[in-house]
Amino acid sequence: MSTLVRKVINKQGWARFFSTLKYALYVMTHPFDGFWDLIHEKRGSLAAANFLVFMTLVTRLMTLQYTNFMFNHVYWPEVNILQQCLSILLPLGIFCVCNWGLTTLFDGKGRLKDVYMATAYALAPYVILQLISIPISNVVTADESVFVTVLNGLGLIWSGMLIITGMMMIHDYSLGKTLLFLFITIIGMAIVIFLLLLFFSLVGDGVGYFASLYKEVVFRLY
Amino acid sequence: MKKAFKRLMVCLLAVCLLAGPIAAQALDGVEVSYTYTYDYWGDILHSPDAYRPETVLTSSSLGLETPMRNPQGLFVQGDKIYICDTGNNRILEVKRDGLQYSLVRIIDSFAGEGEPNTFSGPQDIFVAENGDMFIADTNNHRIVKTDKDCNVLLIFVRPEDATFDQTQEYLPSKLVADTSGRLYVQGKNVNKGLIKYEMDGTFSGFIGASEVRVVWYEYIWKLLSTKEQRAQQESFVPTEYDNVAIDEKGFFYVVTKTFDENELKGGQAKPIRRLNGVGSNILVENGIATLPIGDQQWAAGNLNITNSGPSRFVDITALQNEIYVALDSTHNRLFGYDQQGNLLWAFGGIGNMDGYFIRPVALEHMNTDLLVLDAQECAVTIMTPTNYGTLIYEATDLYRKGEYDASADVWQQVLQQNSNLDVAYVGVGRALLQQEQYEEAQDYFRIARDTKNYSEAWKFHRKEIVEQNIGWIFTVVLLLLLLPPVIRRIKKVVREVNEA
Repeated sequence: MSTLVRKVINKQGWARFFSTLKYALYVMTHPFDGFWDLIHEKRGSLAAANFLVFMTLVTRLMTLQYTNFMFNHVYWPEVNILQQCLSILLPLGIFCVCNWGLTTLFDGKGRLKDVYMATAYALAPYVILQLISIPISNVVTADESVFVTVLNGLGLIWSGMLIITGMMMIHDYSLGKTLLFLFITIIGMAIVIFLLLLFFSLVGDGVGYFASLYKEVVFRLY
Repeated sequence: MKKAFKRLMVCLLAVCLLAGPIAAQALDGVEVSYTYTYDYWGDILHSPDAYRPETVLTSSSLGLETPMRNPQGLFVQGDKIYICDTGNNRILEVKRDGLQYSLVRIIDSFAGEGEPNTFSGPQDIFVAENGDMFIADTNNHRIVKTDKDCNVLLIFVRPEDATFDQTQEYLPSKLVADTSGRLYVQGKNVNKGLIKYEMDGTFSGFIGASEVRVVWYEYIWKLLSTKEQRAQQESFVPTEYDNVAIDEKGFFYVVTKTFDENELKGGQAKPIRRLNGVGSNILVENGIATLPIGDQQWAAGNLNITNSGPSRFVDITALQNEIYVALDSTHNRLFGYDQQGNLLWAFGGIGNMDGYFIRPVALEHMNTDLLVLDAQECAVTIMTPTNYGTLIYEATDLYRKGEYDASADVWQQVLQQNSNLDVAYVGVGRALLQQEQYEEAQDYFRIARDTKNYSEAWKFHRKEIVEQNIGWIFTVVLLLLLLPPVIRRIKKVVREVNEA
């Protein structure tokens, strides 16, 4: 039996996956204990974190597709699923790297894996509340739209709070220091994005130069 | 052989060169239609023609000895068309008889007191139903009211009132009168609203000055600047109207070309307003897709747009069915809106062909026909609704009369000709709503993205669903409430039995 198949039918592995995934619910309601134990007691797993990120993408796409048109202003001709996914994954990745890079320099205890796991677990309220608000949006009328907006807003705020507490716990920071470093992380993200854009445009120009040189030569020779 | 090959190549090249532009136009997906609408997203949707030019009245077709010069004003009363031939200081009265148009008379003077008793640059005329004429004798700084035989009845001059700016020249340019003979005038450089005269010619104030809006940062900026700087800055003054029309209910439609184009799509600019007797704006802006601001896309490119920028309306007219049409001077187009503010059609353009204009200045309607006066071409274009346009009017009228089913049938016919018209879907949907076919109504409202009506239909539909399934819902709720304690009890009993 190959290792993959063995992994898939490994009952203990599945049990651990589900228990770590279920732990996301505990983290939601007990953020301080939850995030501390997530890292230090190994009650979370990378698999569950990956699954939560995956669910975030699915939720985002389901929101676009299934939210009632009254609350959903999607201009379909310009929607690109890859773009939608990247618009979540890229900021997430850059955030984790930036945050880890910065906090490591300023005695943050968390490793890159910890930062990623904490951020992924913090996305749980967004997923759950958004998935609740999709069916609700198809039941309420425009007058009752406040249910939907409150649920959506609550999901985002809750996730935001969890990110803050998560960062506090995994880096063992005070609240002020966490907020300061979140702010610096955002600036760092902007710089990284700027550098990436610069890099890609330079590479593009470089490639373009040789491409046009080749074209020119071909044009002259034939 | 070689020669033949060369010839073939030349032919191919020629074909390529000639076909290039045509192929490009066919391939890039830009199809130019005369009439179009906008959808919820502000995309242009091509539409069947709602109007077609029927006749163009020119100096020669009217048999004028001196051709028209820079005509500025147009008015329609009954079957008579009045054209203010401003450059020749006269007014032309044209009678319409079916498709025949004949010049009735040329009004260039009036009988009775008044010095002089000729006109100087008359810019507008209003004719009451009994034939009384109000003529804005602009360069003589007065308004002349005559009876239908040109005997002067009254002369309105510059109001000698403290509220009226006495330093500037009084140049009445556009005017309307209500059924009881009160006169409302828009003067050049008057930004306090419409000047209102009572029946006896006394000035009784302004109505409908547009409110001055001060943006907070501009205010702070002004506080911080010195007196000299402040004098150089734009002052906060209300905008001046460019034209005025009165509808059959006695409300005024006014248009203004002066606005900040950044405020247009947010809805603060309000280029079209409907004023009531005290001058408040009561224009309904419930359009599903757009605000009544004319073009949504301003850039050059699509639809052969050559000028760019937002629509700037120079005239407006209100039809009997509360549909109003505004004339835009940026792209020389006409925009028709229903009473809710939904765009029904837009058409026109810059050009010399019939149905296109060079410098349109005035718009009037005769029943459902539209008349556009072009000041540079010195021509009046008369446009008649096509079958498609007539259907839209018919459906609107039927709905206004409360005949919802009949109206829905007509809207269905409209949809057969133009499946892109959101107003038609809403029309059908509203009729279905009246017939209590909520689910079908929802479908129609969803297509048109009409949130308000969709919600209404869904509310009733939801009630129906709940009422039909009330038994199930109760059962499920009861089970949810009862099952957990029961299960707990059973478990407890089982445990006790096991332990015992």
